[in-house]
Amino acid sequence: MSAAHTDSHGDAHHDDAPHFSIRDYATGFFASVVLTAIPFWLVMTGALGDKTLTALVIAGFAVVQVIVHMIYFLHMNTKSQGGWNFLALMFTVILVGIVLSGSLWVMYHLNHNMMPMPHSMNELP
Amino acid sequence: MTNPDQTWSPLLGRLSLDAIPYHEPILVATFAGVAVGGIALLGVLTYYRLWGYLWKNWFTSVDHKKIGIMYMVLGLVMFLRGFADALLMRTQQAVAFNGNDGFLPAHHYDQVFTAHGVIMIFFVAMPFVTGLMNFVVPLQIGARDVSFPFLNNFSFWMTTAGAVLVMASLFIGEFAQTGWLAYPPLSGLAYSPGVGVDYYIWALQIAGVGTTLSGINLIATIVKLRAPGMTMMRMPVFTWTALCTNVLIVASFPVLTAVLAMLSLDRYVGTDFFTNDFGGSPMMYVNLIWIWGHPEVYILILPIFGVFSEVTSTFSGKRLFGYTSMVYATVVITVLSYLVWLHHFFTMGSGASVNSFFGITTMVISIPTGAKMFNWLFTMYRGRIRYELPMMWTVAFMFTFVIGGMTGVMLAVPPADFVLHNSLFLIAHFHNVIIGGVVFGTFAAMNYWWPKAFGFKLEPFWGKVSFWCWVPGFWLAFAPLYVMGLMGVTRRMRVFDDPSLQPYFIVAALGAGLIACGIGAMLVQFAVSILHREALRDETGDPWGGRTLEWSTSSPPPEYNFAFTPIIHDLDAWAEMKSQGVARPLEGFRPIHMPRSTGAGVILAGISMVFGFAMIWHIWWLAGASLAALLMTAIAHTFNYDRSYHIPADVVARTEAERTRQLALTEGA
Repeated sequence: MSAAHTDSHGDAHHDDAPHFSIRDYATGFFASVVLTAIPFWLVMTGALGDKTLTALVIAGFAVVQVIVHMIYFLHMNTKSQGGWNFLALMFTVILVGIVLSGSLWVMYHLNHNMMPMPHSMNELP
Repeated sequence: MTNPDQTWSPLLGRLSLDAIPYHEPILVATFAGVAVGGIALLGVLTYYRLWGYLWKNWFTSVDHKKIGIMYMVLGLVMFLRGFADALLMRTQQAVAFNGNDGFLPAHHYDQVFTAHGVIMIFFVAMPFVTGLMNFVVPLQIGARDVSFPFLNNFSFWMTTAGAVLVMASLFIGEFAQTGWLAYPPLSGLAYSPGVGVDYYIWALQIAGVGTTLSGINLIATIVKLRAPGMTMMRMPVFTWTALCTNVLIVASFPVLTAVLAMLSLDRYVGTDFFTNDFGGSPMMYVNLIWIWGHPEVYILILPIFGVFSEVTSTFSGKRLFGYTSMVYATVVITVLSYLVWLHHFFTMGSGASVNSFFGITTMVISIPTGAKMFNWLFTMYRGRIRYELPMMWTVAFMFTFVIGGMTGVMLAVPPADFVLHNSLFLIAHFHNVIIGGVVFGTFAAMNYWWPKAFGFKLEPFWGKVSFWCWVPGFWLAFAPLYVMGLMGVTRRMRVFDDPSLQPYFIVAALGAGLIACGIGAMLVQFAVSILHREALRDETGDPWGGRTLEWSTSSPPPEYNFAFTPIIHDLDAWAEMKSQGVARPLEGFRPIHMPRSTGAGVILAGISMVFGFAMIWHIWWLAGASLAALLMTAIAHTFNYDRSYHIPADVVARTEAERTRQLALTEGA
């Protein structure tokens, strides 16, 4: 792949092979552990008290976790593969955003507009 | 989790003699026909000793051109099956009046309309567009093959394995009776306890692996393997649309996979993602499957837009009008296609704000499409138009597709949709865009690239017969559906009470008959062309006065496509080379590094098919064994380091000398 790349682009930007070092992996690993441990601690101790708030905070940590993985383990940056990786990432982020927010919006509306129903179908006559 | 009504044995799972539908005369007759035809085909292959040839030169080939052709053959075969379903439905609906029950029992009729939809989308339209992209894209960008040749072969066979499972459901067990998207709760265990939905799930999951991998493969090919000098904005429009289509495939097919996986969990292990109880929501299934489903229709139509762009510009003898706007329109459609999915279920109960948002985005998407339409018209304007078959199909497309697009905008208005949803108007609309777009476009492409693939043109007379049966046949078959849809007739009905509707259905059935003549004429066209191939032969490699790189090499192209990778200076690279009088290089050939054929794709897909079959019938030991075999074969294949070989320089020199001789002959003649 990279051979084909250097073939087709004669330009002189330095090679695309990601420069990963033990340090990067260690940073990523440490950050992941911390980002996993805090949500566990929040749930185990119930430190925030409010369940909804806890769920939201955990979701926030999950997003940060995803970013950490992408930067330190998948070596995502704006330059690799001539910017194609970053373009693909942005496209993915936009689509995932559309899918998640759209689904939540749609399902919330459906729920809101449904006829009042018993909580379980078993309770229907 | 077996159904208590059914017997389950450890050896055969749910499979027993009862699964063979020998009590249904239609199926028995079909089976007899298929068996006789199949045995005849196998006999011919054996008699002419073609098995070794097929295995070595086709089935195991990693050549993108051969894989592309195999995709087209798969699409054609499945098209005949899907069309047979259509004829059954049209006939049933034309006779089932005044107390007549027709000839299809309800459970069979429901399978027929489900199979028709599934087959036409997944195993006809998808193989057609994938086949076209596979064949054309590497040639258009001056590459020798796709980025991952083995993966390409594997993708094809996975798609085929899915198709085989759908076909098997005809004679072993049953197919889903749920409609082509298998909405729960109908597709859940409670209402579909049989194997039909399981056939649906596993056929689509296995074929989906192939589709996703082929999408990744073609993106990598287009991004990485373009000839030097071919910047993004010098890529042929077909390649652009192929790129956008594959981006859509890679981004949307995982959603389908996930949805079907959750449905499988509901059916196999008793989870409640899409049930009515325990917090499950069938509406979430509808929401998710259309997040895949709407991009899917653009996956089908975008490459076809590319085909029409190439054909229009070639047969008008002009550069495409508005190349840049064409590219931007394609990219805009790619993104917008993710913002419209709710228009498939306006009536499910979302409020006015949600419906109006999605109604407006749907109308917005018709703007880039309209821009494309004007680009084609302006390309034709003051061009020297040659009405050969590809151009005829293109004009038929413009005429037909515009009307389909406008009825689509009508359906995009939520209040109108409340009246028209689930009616025959909808059926007429989407057949209007899929037949008028994808099918006509595939025929344009087949007539256009056939000489490139095989070295001789398709015979025009029977092609024109086919054209003049298809286009009026389409309108005869679907105009009555528009009318009835406006009158409120719903889709998927087996019998009708209102005798005043019968004339419409009879007209529609006649239209289907005319289309059948069109399909017959097309098959005759192929046969006649193959018989008269010497008279129709094209030695130049450029029979139409083409503008893009695929026409610069011989027909059929050598397996290495280009002896030297061309250097690109302009859009429409081949037209530019011709006008500059660039000479073919005649010496200095070097050995060419090529991927080697492998049977691993066929074997892996075969084992996947067995795995799917075992899962469908709950034959757990076989499922476990085939899964293990699948993993081991895949791992074993990674140890096969003998993946490539070199075509020696003198072989290349000989092939190219032969081409030089041919070209000299045509110039002398």
